[in-house]
Amino acid sequence: MIRLISILAGLGFAIAALWSFGKGAYVVMTEGMGEQSAEYALHEKVRGPEGGFSFEGPVGNWDRQQLQRGYQVYKEVCSACHSLNYVAFRNLAELGYDEGQVKAEAASWQVPGIDPNTGEATSRPGLPTDKFPSPYPNSVAAAAANNNAIPPDLSLMTKARKDGSNYLYALLVGYGEPDPAKLAEYPEFETPTGLYFNKYFPNVNIAMAPPLTADGQVTYSDGTEATISQMSKDVAAFLTWTAEPTMVKRKQTGWPVLGFLLFATILAWLSKKQIWSSVKPRKED
Amino acid sequence: MSFSWARQYEPQTGVTKWLDERLPLPRLVYNAVGAGYPVPRNLNYMWNFGVLAGFFLVLQIITGVVLAMHYASDATVAFAKVEHIMRDVNWGWLMRYMHANGASFFFIVIYLHIFRGFFYSSYKAPREMIWLLGVVIFLLMMATAFMGYVLPWGQMSFWGAKVITGLFGAIPVVGEPLQVWLLGGFAPDDAALNRFFSLHFLLPFVIAGVVILHIWALHIPGSSNPTGVEVKKESDTVPFHPYYTAKDGFGLGVVLIVFAIMVFFLPNMLGHPDNYIEANPLSTPALIVPEWYFYPFYAILRAFTFDFFFVPAKLLGVIAMFASILIWFILPWLDKSPVRSGHYRPLFRIFFWILMADMALLFYLGGAHAEEPYIMLSQLATAYYFLHFLVILPIISQIEKPRPLPYSITEAVLGKDEQAAGNKPAETSA
Amino acid sequence: MAESTGTATADMIVGDGDDGVRRRDFINIAAVSFAGIGGAATLFPLISQMAPSADVLAESSTELDTGAIAPGQAIKAIFRKQPLFVRRLTAAELAEANAVGLDDLRDPQTLADRTKEGHGDVLVTMGVCTHLGCVPLGAAEGENKGEYGGYFCPCHGSHYDTAGRIRKGPAPTNLEVPEYEFTSDSVIRVG
Repeated sequence: MIRLISILAGLGFAIAALWSFGKGAYVVMTEGMGEQSAEYALHEKVRGPEGGFSFEGPVGNWDRQQLQRGYQVYKEVCSACHSLNYVAFRNLAELGYDEGQVKAEAASWQVPGIDPNTGEATSRPGLPTDKFPSPYPNSVAAAAANNNAIPPDLSLMTKARKDGSNYLYALLVGYGEPDPAKLAEYPEFETPTGLYFNKYFPNVNIAMAPPLTADGQVTYSDGTEATISQMSKDVAAFLTWTAEPTMVKRKQTGWPVLGFLLFATILAWLSKKQIWSSVKPRKED
Repeated sequence: MSFSWARQYEPQTGVTKWLDERLPLPRLVYNAVGAGYPVPRNLNYMWNFGVLAGFFLVLQIITGVVLAMHYASDATVAFAKVEHIMRDVNWGWLMRYMHANGASFFFIVIYLHIFRGFFYSSYKAPREMIWLLGVVIFLLMMATAFMGYVLPWGQMSFWGAKVITGLFGAIPVVGEPLQVWLLGGFAPDDAALNRFFSLHFLLPFVIAGVVILHIWALHIPGSSNPTGVEVKKESDTVPFHPYYTAKDGFGLGVVLIVFAIMVFFLPNMLGHPDNYIEANPLSTPALIVPEWYFYPFYAILRAFTFDFFFVPAKLLGVIAMFASILIWFILPWLDKSPVRSGHYRPLFRIFFWILMADMALLFYLGGAHAEEPYIMLSQLATAYYFLHFLVILPIISQIEKPRPLPYSITEAVLGKDEQAAGNKPAETSA
Repeated sequence: MAESTGTATADMIVGDGDDGVRRRDFINIAAVSFAGIGGAATLFPLISQMAPSADVLAESSTELDTGAIAPGQAIKAIFRKQPLFVRRLTAAELAEANAVGLDDLRDPQTLADRTKEGHGDVLVTMGVCTHLGCVPLGAAEGENKGEYGGYFCPCHGSHYDTAGRIRKGPAPTNLEVPEYEFTSDSVIRVG
């Protein structure tokens, strides 16, 4: 009885699913799969240029010079619009700055504070324990200043995108004009006013104006030539660090753990083999 | 336990004797996973996953309790608290990555455990109760995992909570009030986050309780085995300890190596980048998908795109999704073949591998964009899924002619069994 | 082979006992030991996660300016989430503190032991009673300063003198002077 009911129920589910399949197939056959949009076609889906970062791979390590350069790019360019909410000035010590430099760096930023005498909101120089300040007092102000597109917080940006470090680098160097050959197929395509064409941005029209526009936009103290590509690479490295400051420690912890587990597993295998040798029949030749 | 030759616990020292007369806990352990539990000697490595699932349950509880020490289930700070764990708490990143990947590994070993059960028909009499409790554990795990994924309060957390509770909105009449009641509001917010945290903390202990029942029920008939022939005599078994403790120890080592590779080198591979963006009720991610371990059921949910007579497509998808797991409850009564092991069932074995391919397809489709041809493929895969369990299994158990079974486990292992002479086909005649 | 059909018993692997540890036993012992080492090693992160996190440790130094404190006044600040009393002693209070003989004290310390050279009138102490951790009174205007004119803990009646030393009541030791230094003429850095 239960099997009779189940067969009927099973046929019911199957027919209902096939019903959807049939109607869907009919729609596809009569109307086609739908045309792809110009944005879809113009988006470079192949992996963009890669940054060749030192921290990649299982034994990668930070390039502290690069992180310091990237921090400089963030400070002088990105921080005008983007916050870094989850990072504190004290964390900069991990970039190779000593205590005095961290303090001086923190003090070079203005953070929200309270006047100790009146209690009024004011700003004061940052302390190492402070987090990086937001450029806007709140999201409404951020939206109002940026044509309704709120500049996202950058702390976790490279983790919030697939292959984030390379994505960010590609995005920063991806501004320009659409490929004319592809554009010819979509004569209607036009980047709306207030947006900028970027072939590595999923929707190709990005609200962020090109932030790095000229070589030498920042002046590196270590003598590295500040090309757009170099600055993009450096800031992508810096933002990888902000997204996961423990990344290198994680990988470095992983190796001894793996080595230990490998050895312990070999021992466990030998032990298992030895214990079972008393009951396992030998294979007959 | 059920076998007369099972070895008895004998306390050796004064202290253990004293304890044994008052609280025979060592005796319980001895009989459950010690030398006092005779287990078929022919178990293959597919039988490792029960112990591994137990290991991951314990790991999840330990790391989860640790994370709860540093987390706060308030929508304004939850996301920042997770970052606090990742950045400032000593070894917090390790705890969180172990917990997040531990959930995935828990599901990996559970799926393999379930598929083992499918192939060797571990659900058949006299082991129905073990199977039923196992399905309950699986359902509790899904609920726990879903609520746990909401806690970091990222974009996927928020939209996952919204979409999954939205399933209940499909129920006629009571659906919408039910959804509002579940969330404690009109969209996921503090109320939902707090109750999810509370339940996410509670349910693992409920799971642990059901696991104890699951193991208890297992010890009544004893473990099944790859031949499906029941244990007949002492030479069919070996004591759990040291034989299977050693084998499980080795299996655990192998799985931990893979686990360590994930935790230390690819910790975010099984997650979604979108969950590193804080929850934003005003912006939906381009692709909302649950965690990978829900993909097959999510694919079934999305397969129903057109109303079927008077049943709306949305309701049909919800019913099918829940039914796809609930039908496992009646599996022992659908498959009536007297032979357990798929090794001796030529027809069943073919359909079993088709089911595995179908599941693999559903796993893939559940994570794909909701566009053609994925939708059409998921409709075919869904149809087969239900046909397999509800139609094919009952029918092939009637028409199939099984291959001859060995007389005993001893014969299967050694190639001959003196006692078997003369009465060989005893089990296949049914 | 048929010979090995017999019942497997645990004795087979435990060894004979008298002839010591054999090679095959050694493998089992090593395997179990390694599992034990692994388990013990995992305890380390599990225990250390409860120690103060990096952000808490970073907050553990406090800078403040003592310049604005008039003699006889005290300010309350926060150091490691606990109250910190900074007091500028008046001449009378200084004299009173220095007049006490060390033999009369439960926890003998001179005022000079408890202040920094050149800043003998600035008394920096934790505002935490050494008995059971209540906040003593006496730092703010008008509060009960106790019988010895310093601090008074209302929880169990401990009296501290003008140098923050315990004089009467259950507290075992003087109010703790945290580690601090003058980074300029008036600014101190605690911790």
